[in-house]
Amino acid sequence: MNNKIATREAYGKALVELGKVNEKVVVLDADLSKSTKTAAFQKEFPNRFFNMGIAEQNLMGTAAGFATSEKIPFVSTFAMFASGRAFEIIRNSIGYPKLNVKVCATHAGITVGEDGASHQALEDLACMRAIPNMVVLNPADAVSAKKAVFAMAEYNGPVYARFGRAAVPVIYDEDMNFEIGKGIEVKEGKDAAIIATGIMVAEAIKAREILSKKGIEVRVIDMHTIKPIDEEILIKAAKETGAIVTAEEHNIIGGLGSAVAEVLVENYPIPMKRVGTLDTFGESGKPAELMKKYALTAEDIAKVVEEVINKK
Amino acid sequence: MLKKNATEIRKGIIKAVHAAGSGHPGGSLSAADILTVLYFYKMKVDPKNPKWEERDRFVLSKGHAAPVLYATLAEKGFFSKEELLKLRHIGAMLQGHPDMKGTPGVEMSTGSLGQGFSCSIGMALAAKLDKKDIRVYALLGDGEVQEGIVWEAAMAASHYKLDNLTAILDFNGLQIDGKNEDVMNIHPIKEKWESFGWHVLEIDGHSFEEIISVLDKADEIKDKPTMIIAKTIKGKGVSFMENQVGWHGTAPKDDEKEKALKELGGAN
Repeated sequence: MNNKIATREAYGKALVELGKVNEKVVVLDADLSKSTKTAAFQKEFPNRFFNMGIAEQNLMGTAAGFATSEKIPFVSTFAMFASGRAFEIIRNSIGYPKLNVKVCATHAGITVGEDGASHQALEDLACMRAIPNMVVLNPADAVSAKKAVFAMAEYNGPVYARFGRAAVPVIYDEDMNFEIGKGIEVKEGKDAAIIATGIMVAEAIKAREILSKKGIEVRVIDMHTIKPIDEEILIKAAKETGAIVTAEEHNIIGGLGSAVAEVLVENYPIPMKRVGTLDTFGESGKPAELMKKYALTAEDIAKVVEEVINKK
Repeated sequence: MLKKNATEIRKGIIKAVHAAGSGHPGGSLSAADILTVLYFYKMKVDPKNPKWEERDRFVLSKGHAAPVLYATLAEKGFFSKEELLKLRHIGAMLQGHPDMKGTPGVEMSTGSLGQGFSCSIGMALAAKLDKKDIRVYALLGDGEVQEGIVWEAAMAASHYKLDNLTAILDFNGLQIDGKNEDVMNIHPIKEKWESFGWHVLEIDGHSFEEIISVLDKADEIKDKPTMIIAKTIKGKGVSFMENQVGWHGTAPKDDEKEKALKELGGAN
């Protein structure tokens, strides 16, 4: 976990690789290609790259039009503008007709940092998860981000994928298997399970190390697909550990925590707690400072795991 | 011949909206002549092969005028006219607003205003990318151009020099809450589109001759998208519906349906 790469970097590189093997792929951006990293694709395939300017509604509508013509559009902007400003276009012009559009949103979550609350999407997973037909992905590291790009190109239908701005530890080896809808048990454990998504997987692994020193053995699951959620791996974890903590860089309302709670309440209710932002907006600051202030660090997760174990 | 098609389409609109008990007859009737020319004179489409790759595309961006699209597609033979009488019924193929997944010939699911027009930009770009001789048509309502996305799309169309895109404005002057200029003034409309880099042509949207001529002319315009401002009459063809804002979204009752069909020429 020493090597650190932002998932948006991996996304940009993967797009170029994908573009070489799949001629149907087109990429659209809204004047953020240097930040979303789609600029690499533009350099390699200028004819298949379309800058739509600062106009996210038309960005999504145009992508939908491409999809009706058998193209596979990858559409990028910041998570805030993709899931927020363009929500209804994604809902009505992409989700409803089940068009093959891949909305790849970067700069998600509080680790956007200094730009502050207006740019820190903390509700995107909730918004996108509520749209029928949408697949919602949130890769944990650079390796799984790259695999996610290829997996979503193979899948025929709308996908929302969330990538981060900040460099995060590389968790996986190159030969990892990324399957949409299949969570990954990253670490074994029987005393509790942390279900984490996105950059919180690395924090969960660190939390496991903290707890291990106290003799607590915690399972860590990377839930890279928020929808469709892997019910099987969740119910198994609930049965085998009896205590669940979710961890997401997102509001605790509507995202991973809610999705996991829905499954457990209906199938195997056990003590559970959610780590995430507590229904609040973010603010400016360095990513590490914000993670600490909003109680999203490994230490915070470890503390919550102990609380849940005590409720068993 | 076109006149006969247009009359059949208008009758289809009346019957469908009557059967549904709700829907939008006014803005459907105003666009009937335009759709008639598009489907029976201009566009390359094949009702037997609705997904034919080389087909021209028509996007009804003013999706609430679904009855005119459905009546046209049925008249063209994409599906049976029987379907029109099930419009908006539960389980029916014909949804209140166009659904591309369920209805042959519907190119885009529309209804939320401005979005269909935006999708037509993607269709035109894709055709250019593939170097295909495909023309994309989008029909917008006059009230619809109050949506911000319309101008985002308008800017993109001229930026990308989409001369394979023809937009048509069904300019009947009325929207739900009244006259355009009372609700939200859209004028000067011609200058707005011109300043966004479009080639703009103005016609009488009920003259077949003018519609034909302007659609042909649009093919010759290079490096620019074309906007046709078609002056129309909301409710055109049914005297008591003409220029009446109340018929924007109201279905005719039994006696009104009979009266309308009689005016259009012949009963059921």
